[in-house]
Amino acid sequence: MRVAVVGAGITGVCVARELSRYRVEVHVFDAKPDVGWGVSKANTGLIHACYDDDPERFPVRAKACVEGNRMWRSLVEELSIPHSWDGSMVVGDEEDLPRLRELLRRGIRNGVPELRIVEARKLEPLIKGEYALYAPTAGQISPPQAVIAIAESAAINGVRFHLETEVKGIRVKSGEVEAIITNEGEVRVDAVVNAAGLKADEVAGMVGLPMEIRPRKGEYLIFDEDAGPKPSHIIFPVPSERSKGVVVTTEVSGHLMVGPNANDVQDKEDVSTTVEGLREVYGKASKLWPLPPMNKVIRSFAGLRPEPRGGDFILGRTEVGGFYNAAGMRSPGLTAAPAVGKELASMIAEDLELDRKLRWKAGRPLPVDGGGVVCRCNLVTSGRVRWAIERMRFLGVKTPSVDSVKFRTSATAGTCQGSFCRVHIARMLAEEYGVPLWQVTLKGKGSELGVGDVKALVI
Amino acid sequence: MDVVVIGGGPAGLSAAIRAQELGLKVVVVEEGRLGGILPQCIHTGFGLLTYGEDLTGPELAHRLINSYQGEVLRGHAAGLEYSYHRKRVRVITEGGTVTLEAPTVIYAAGARERHAHEIGIVGDRVAGIYTAGEAQALMDLYGVLPGREVVIVGSGDVGLIMARRLSLEGAKVKAVVEMLPYPGGLARNLMILRDFNIPLLLNHRVVEVRGRGRVERVKVVSGSKEEWIKCDTLLVSAGLVPRVKLLRRAGAIIDERTSGPLVNDRLETSLPGIFAAGNSLVINDLVDYAMEQGRIAAEGAEEFIREGGIPSQDWVKVIPGDNVRSVVPQLISPGREVIAYVRPSKPLNDATLTLPNGRVRLGVIKPSEMLRVRVKAEEGGVAHVEIQG
Repeated sequence: MRVAVVGAGITGVCVARELSRYRVEVHVFDAKPDVGWGVSKANTGLIHACYDDDPERFPVRAKACVEGNRMWRSLVEELSIPHSWDGSMVVGDEEDLPRLRELLRRGIRNGVPELRIVEARKLEPLIKGEYALYAPTAGQISPPQAVIAIAESAAINGVRFHLETEVKGIRVKSGEVEAIITNEGEVRVDAVVNAAGLKADEVAGMVGLPMEIRPRKGEYLIFDEDAGPKPSHIIFPVPSERSKGVVVTTEVSGHLMVGPNANDVQDKEDVSTTVEGLREVYGKASKLWPLPPMNKVIRSFAGLRPEPRGGDFILGRTEVGGFYNAAGMRSPGLTAAPAVGKELASMIAEDLELDRKLRWKAGRPLPVDGGGVVCRCNLVTSGRVRWAIERMRFLGVKTPSVDSVKFRTSATAGTCQGSFCRVHIARMLAEEYGVPLWQVTLKGKGSELGVGDVKALVI
Repeated sequence: MDVVVIGGGPAGLSAAIRAQELGLKVVVVEEGRLGGILPQCIHTGFGLLTYGEDLTGPELAHRLINSYQGEVLRGHAAGLEYSYHRKRVRVITEGGTVTLEAPTVIYAAGARERHAHEIGIVGDRVAGIYTAGEAQALMDLYGVLPGREVVIVGSGDVGLIMARRLSLEGAKVKAVVEMLPYPGGLARNLMILRDFNIPLLLNHRVVEVRGRGRVERVKVVSGSKEEWIKCDTLLVSAGLVPRVKLLRRAGAIIDERTSGPLVNDRLETSLPGIFAAGNSLVINDLVDYAMEQGRIAAEGAEEFIREGGIPSQDWVKVIPGDNVRSVVPQLISPGREVIAYVRPSKPLNDATLTLPNGRVRLGVIKPSEMLRVRVKAEEGGVAHVEIQG
């Protein structure tokens, strides 16, 4: 038996890892050069407490969120994923108390533990607001590092990753999926999991199923580590119908981060930041927290999230035999992913009558350090960079990219944004991959660091 | 050990050489190459004031490295702990973490370049966006040509030098874009624009980069006018920032005007026995000044050790007045003539500098050319430094 997972984002790798517990061949396909480079790599990284999701309007979301939050607690330990359980605060004033109470009631209905309304400044003295809904079970992870860790764990248990491999079509015969067609060839399969994020509608279309996923852009600002005060909780505004709003948080790397806004866009590849968007984010965040000035920003970025029609996750069996959706994973998709993975895997195991493996490895190799410091801002050693490159090769990353090292080590993500160390990392990548230095890329083919060699004196 | 010098660039090596001449036992901590940023500066213009010779960066580095016979510890200084008599410097080396102890530290860790995110450039985060120094390292240390059609942000020296370097390699520099109404670099480097026929856009800003994978075009604005320039590379030469993380975390006072530590005329920071020199003290345009600061700091360290501290006195506070962006040192000894570095805040054609000890006719001045002057102030006052245009 063979299962194809389309998409190596957080949802795809969670499904693949759970499937790896069964006696079945699992193949994960992704068009990008590394795992987690779509929706997963650019979001807030929050493990939500799950009081936001209305269980009547969004039952799938509400259920998967609470279960996912619980599962992350053991997952971050098992796989050494950088994390912090800071707790979150939805902050408001006197007039917001009814909304906070409504969220509290909803959270209680969803089964969120330990929720309460508190005087905001008792927990967070610099916060701008009187009251807060405090949810101690909320936390943070580094999403790209989480995807990598889960993918590695899946690979250790036999899952095969096919990166830079684009799914072009899915062959269906008598109402059952039969094969998956990629730019690398055709593979016969017994089941397909559609975890294609922003492009899940295209993949559903390949088997004739209607689906609509619209890209919604969120922009972020990250401040220098010593730029100003940082909160010790995740701070939310009172949510709107549309989104949970601009968050202020000290992300797991220790930097103050604010974002995202939420703007609908047309282009599923457009992750550009905008002057207006960043201004909006800064303005909204400064209503919650005393922010450092804009010139203390060390990075701005944007990501897209897949907004499904109707707003709820699209999970499970479809009219096409062997075709399963794990789609429309908008917020709280990251939180829900482990629960979604588990549910999909057990559904597929049931349908394909799969047996559980007798032996299954839970952990993954720990990072190795040593050698001199390469990234001066985040104190990443050359040993750590070599380890990252080795892990890239283990997973099947074909194109040497500085970003693949960045997401495994945090090198180049500090104050100077790699202006000292990028070249040193590129040199190590060039050496390990056996390519000329200028051909090392920033983030995959088409993003080479140079255009050739400088003129050389030939005697 | 008498003195730990953090940084083996021109300021640090000059400090170390001078400290050895004065009989101190020195260790230099260097995380990259000795010579600091000099080895990648293959152009000339180094050492004119110190040696009366026009050297290239590597030549000057060679000269400094050969003059220093003392100990070098290869590693990254990751921690600095202060106490009056004893400073501890934690260094991450290839072999593990080493802690050095000495009564004095000379901090000469250099600067970093301001990058695209810090100056508010939005759009796509793609390949082809470099700080000028990163592009310089790619080309002149590692032989990589970063791009073929280049726009440079900022008319400072590093950007101008890279404009020439890229032109010589056959790349087309399409524009140097300067936010201010006047150019930023030294006069000799501004000649590059004329030599290679490169347009200088004053009062313009690059605000946005677009491209898939690599830079394809950048948006340049001036007032309400905007224009897209096609290019594959954006070099950011938007100024340097002193690297003072260790000093700040150790508790040193940072001057908002220089972004470096506040110092007295021995270049001693607010932490007694910790001195600063070079670009981590104040951004210099000339390496000769960075080297001089290294020597002054070394003499301060020697005095600190000999006297058990810099003698107590009623320091005279230097007050930057009209048309002065910054002055280093910020505190001077009464009755003692000391060297000060004054950065004008705008270009003036017929400027006069007023110091407590008199007036100096300067003629044409620019913010890109730091003034080096001798200042003497009397006890019990403040020292106003101002420029009249």
